[in-house]
Amino acid sequence: MKQDKRTAILLVCLGVLHFAVLFAGFFSPYDFSEQDRRLPFAPPTRIHFVEVPGKVHWHPFVCLLVERSGVFGTYDEDRQKCFPIHFLVRGTPYKLGGMFESNWHLFGVNAPARVFVMGTDGYGRDVFSRFLYGGQISLFAGLLATVLSLGFGVLLGTAAGFYGGWLDAVIMRCVELFLALPWLYLLFALRAFLPLNIDPGQAFLLLIAVIGSVGWARPARLIRGVVLSAKERHYVLAARVFGGSNSYLMRRHILPQTCSIILTQAVLLIPQYVLAEVTLSFLGLGVGEPVPSWGNMLATLQQYHVMVSYWWMVFPGLALIPVFFSYVLLASALQTRAT
Amino acid sequence: MKVRISKFLLALLCTACLCPSAWVVPAQSPHLGEELLISNNEVGPYGGRLVVSLRSEPKTLNPVTSIDISSREVIAQMTGDLIHINRVSQQTEPALAKTWRVSPDGRRYTLQLRRGIRFSDGHPVDADDVIFSFKVYLDENVHSPQRDLLVIGGKPVTVRRLDPYTLVFELAQPYAAAERLFDSVAILPRHLLEKAYHDGKLSQGWVLGTSAREIAGLGPFRLKEYIAGQRITLERNPYYWKADRKGNRLPYLDEITFLFVTNADAEVLRFEAGDTDIINRLSAEDYSVLEREQSARSFRVYDLGPSLEYNFLFFNLNTVAAAESSGIATKQTWFRLINFRKAISLAIDREGIARLVYRGRATPLWTPVTPASKFWINTAISHPPRSVDQARRLLESVGFSWRQDGTLADASGSPVEFSVITSVSNTQRTQMATMIQADLKELGIRVQVAPLEFRTVLDRIFQTRDYEAAVLGLGGGDIDPNSQMNVWLSSGNDHLWNIGQTHPATAWEAEIDRLMEKQLSTLKAKDRKLLYDRVQELLAENLPLICLVSPNVLVGAKDRLASFKPAILDPHTLWNSQELFFTGNGTVGKP
Repeated sequence: MKQDKRTAILLVCLGVLHFAVLFAGFFSPYDFSEQDRRLPFAPPTRIHFVEVPGKVHWHPFVCLLVERSGVFGTYDEDRQKCFPIHFLVRGTPYKLGGMFESNWHLFGVNAPARVFVMGTDGYGRDVFSRFLYGGQISLFAGLLATVLSLGFGVLLGTAAGFYGGWLDAVIMRCVELFLALPWLYLLFALRAFLPLNIDPGQAFLLLIAVIGSVGWARPARLIRGVVLSAKERHYVLAARVFGGSNSYLMRRHILPQTCSIILTQAVLLIPQYVLAEVTLSFLGLGVGEPVPSWGNMLATLQQYHVMVSYWWMVFPGLALIPVFFSYVLLASALQTRAT
Repeated sequence: MKVRISKFLLALLCTACLCPSAWVVPAQSPHLGEELLISNNEVGPYGGRLVVSLRSEPKTLNPVTSIDISSREVIAQMTGDLIHINRVSQQTEPALAKTWRVSPDGRRYTLQLRRGIRFSDGHPVDADDVIFSFKVYLDENVHSPQRDLLVIGGKPVTVRRLDPYTLVFELAQPYAAAERLFDSVAILPRHLLEKAYHDGKLSQGWVLGTSAREIAGLGPFRLKEYIAGQRITLERNPYYWKADRKGNRLPYLDEITFLFVTNADAEVLRFEAGDTDIINRLSAEDYSVLEREQSARSFRVYDLGPSLEYNFLFFNLNTVAAAESSGIATKQTWFRLINFRKAISLAIDREGIARLVYRGRATPLWTPVTPASKFWINTAISHPPRSVDQARRLLESVGFSWRQDGTLADASGSPVEFSVITSVSNTQRTQMATMIQADLKELGIRVQVAPLEFRTVLDRIFQTRDYEAAVLGLGGGDIDPNSQMNVWLSSGNDHLWNIGQTHPATAWEAEIDRLMEKQLSTLKAKDRKLLYDRVQELLAENLPLICLVSPNVLVGAKDRLASFKPAILDPHTLWNSQELFFTGNGTVGKP
């Protein structure tokens, strides 16, 4: 019971995050590519409730940021010019889920004030908005790549395990080949051959295809093992004796055996693939500017001065920790449930 | 007794250990008849070791074959030239040649060598060494990078000796400011290299592993030791041919150590920690980090203002075989429109780039001549401010229109989009490209930024010519327009947008060719300036390179280092290494 409750909480947490990321347009106050060149590397905006003379507001407000003259990236709040944070406001238009046009945002402030929950990057772009939009790439690349690689893995693993013989040998040698390839270098080579003009959508699909096709080998090997042991079970043999066809046996007896394994594998693979996307984008092999992903947002941290001067640039990296943690806990909960 | 002996042994051991680094070569006192150059610098005490970091390990110590920056930086300390460009005044000054005369037609240079001076191994210098050196540089089999500079009007410079200390250089055609050519052409010791040259082994000689005894030069320092992967140490050249006004032979420093620190961040950290005394080529971000700390720690950072480097965006205007890359060929119909390039230039926020990419430590540019060359810059050229409206009008005037969704479309209705390649290792240029991407979005142009490995970028620009647009930077070298010949001549190998044309593709390129050739053979600086002004006008009107910004030269040095006079010209800091000295407690540098 306690275990179930914990699983439920984890699911809700992950659900909320994915929901926010999916509807990034609504939850983020600005467009991910909007540059406010007056405010590069602005720290997270302070949200106030108290006005100077001890007057408490129920409505949160922010103050106008003014750059200290002559000092790049250092700002002072102009406490004379304060702007309330409005909820459910109209702002930059966006497409919800890529389809419905809208310009409603969860929160926002009137110009010229700006609200940067997680500060801004070197171009004055809102890190929070980029974080949410970046999640679309990073999290969904993880999810889709998992579907892809598990799809391949199940198909090939089952075929190898069930039919055995030369098919098994061929597939398993392929698995070994795939596990032995130096993927990172191949990807660098691949990127050099690709046309320069690929748009972010294509780059995203490519990323998924790459991660997914690299990753099928391990699940295939695992599932082959399960199928191998399942097909020798007595009830499977009995069903075969009674004239059950191959497809019936697989459908009815063997694949159900692999279900819990596939589910646990999926939950374990998702964070791995999210990390793969982050790594590839960090190295400049993912989606290009100005489209954000957690990886290319973290890439600016390769510069020493960014790391030491602007701590809020690590937010995408910090977000990875609870995401991974939740997925791993979920996997272990699923595992316990299955046994 | 026993104790005493062991103590004695210990002391002996310690001295033995310390000896190599504690051993200092004293400067020779001036000999009779030695024509030293008396330098007008601040007089300082002898001693101390200067530690400098190098971004990469030098490849060679051979002045004839060196190409990379690190090698040249070390070699510059070990060699001398006939006529030198003063890095601060940017004018030529006597060096190994104490005087020179130019014939009225500008084709003959007569140089007087200093008498009685010696190489760093004590061997005397005479005209034969100079003749040997030029023979080596001009030998096609040696493949020296200096050769190109010394071939004028298609013919190599010829050198003759009149007497052991007088040399005559003849040029095939009048060449403006020819004395600048002598800068950084190192005079080689004939007694050490002649055999290797005759055996055809000169280009393989003087590598990093060569023993210090086999290398000699005319620079303020000479090789002491090289430790692979760690450092190279130079010691005082006791026979150096410069002295201060009190007659003390320069240099003041006992040693210079170059540490190999392979990345910029580590370089900054080591300077911050006090491991190195000078830092070259600081980035604006690191400059601001160090600037905050300079009062607490004992160093200072210097912002010298605009450099000679100009960064620019340019389009591929090469005639590429249409079948090979049809995509590029169709886009080139836009790129070839002057109004298209003007519109792009108008839409770019140069001030923003200078502010965001370089923390304001850069100057917006509208022509390739930066404010660093005060004499050559054409100040009459206008600096049109950013105006998206004006850019739109220009585009409209040449048949572009906007679709419903704001995308710019050409006359045939296809959307205007192109990719910009930059070097992934150069963060600043990638940032510039990203900002241009955002600026051009306002015009409805979709730009893809493609950060590639630097070699791939060069390969695409110079070899395959498979790119649409690129952000690149040029500069360094000399302020004289002659150093830019290869860029502006339509037949030049660095004529980036359309390399190595057999005939100038456009009328304005033909005019630039004519002007550049003419300024080359015009001797009066004032007349040359008028010609070069026109070149700049043509470049500003036709925008083959859409210039963006020129970053400032940023350097730093320890407070204790005196006579430190950083300069805009390369090498920014060590050009007057012979005059540098440490002040304060004693004269010993960092141990």
